[in-house]
Amino acid sequence: MTCVADLPLTTVWAVLLGGAIGTFLLRVSFVEALAGREIPRRVERALAFVPPAVLAALVLPKLLLVDGSMAVSLSNHRLLAGIVAAGVAYRTEDMLWTVGVGMGVLWSLTWLGGGI
Amino acid sequence: MITWRDARAGARAVFPALPANIPFGLVAGVAAVDVGFSGFEGVLLSGLWFAGAAQLAAIDLLEGNAPLAIVLVTALVVNARYVMYSGAIAPYFREFPRPMRWVASFFLLDVTFALAVTEFESERARDDLSFYLGAAVPLWGLWTVATAVGVLVGTRIPPAWGIDFAIPLVFLALLAPSIEGRASIAAAAIGGLGATIGAGIPLNLGLIVAALCGIVGGLLVDEWGDLRG
Repeated sequence: MTCVADLPLTTVWAVLLGGAIGTFLLRVSFVEALAGREIPRRVERALAFVPPAVLAALVLPKLLLVDGSMAVSLSNHRLLAGIVAAGVAYRTEDMLWTVGVGMGVLWSLTWLGGGI
Repeated sequence: MITWRDARAGARAVFPALPANIPFGLVAGVAAVDVGFSGFEGVLLSGLWFAGAAQLAAIDLLEGNAPLAIVLVTALVVNARYVMYSGAIAPYFREFPRPMRWVASFFLLDVTFALAVTEFESERARDDLSFYLGAAVPLWGLWTVATAVGVLVGTRIPPAWGIDFAIPLVFLALLAPSIEGRASIAAAAIGGLGATIGAGIPLNLGLIVAALCGIVGGLLVDEWGDLRG
């Protein structure tokens, strides 16, 4: 595992400022530079699929992979906790409940299983 | 000029959306120091980006040793939806003086967009800018403060607690409401499975490639549904 503290300071600041400026440019895009223009319909449609595609891409590997290989079994506590949390997320659409229940299940399974 | 009455109306409108951002901000702070940002850098990340999902995605990639360019490109893809909000809100923001247009744009995200459009389209005679900033500034403030608290407690949490698991849980909570209908299910399935299969792709490109495939997949299912009427 790496540590940002080991990275050169210029890299850390490039991430901080690069992301900040890039994000701002996305937000200001049609307000300023592209003022008066409409987003092409196809682009707008594509953007609507960014959240489900990106978020699922961020979640699923964390649940399905253990040390880089597929681990679909009852001993994969994170997968089990993730499935329960997904149910909670779907029912409540509430972040506190989702994170709380997911961590609770993970801790319970770890405790029951006697260690990580 | 900002009218306090209308700013207070904005603050009241954003209030119900605030609690969700406390655990989100805490996780963002804990994750930032966990990956090695200093406390100051961690708070700055939240204050300057004001984009939780992108922050956590960037932190995730930094942890995986990804090159700088991949970290930034991925963060911007996560934030690409702001272009959609920018396009939809532009006609309203154009009434603001230019510096205020920029300030208002800085605060543009899911919650502020939803509140603003609802208010701007209503017939109420409120000052739009006052209402908008009244909603946006408390949200930003809470987000930054919650991150700072996360930064403070983050260094004291033993690794055995597996607190890093809170990051995918946050993403799950954001994912659930984004799934509406067949096309978005396809986008999520392709993005998620693609990223799992592609986890070993060099330079951590798996995430971004899988996400783009998911977006295309969603579009295809969407158009296919249109063709069938």
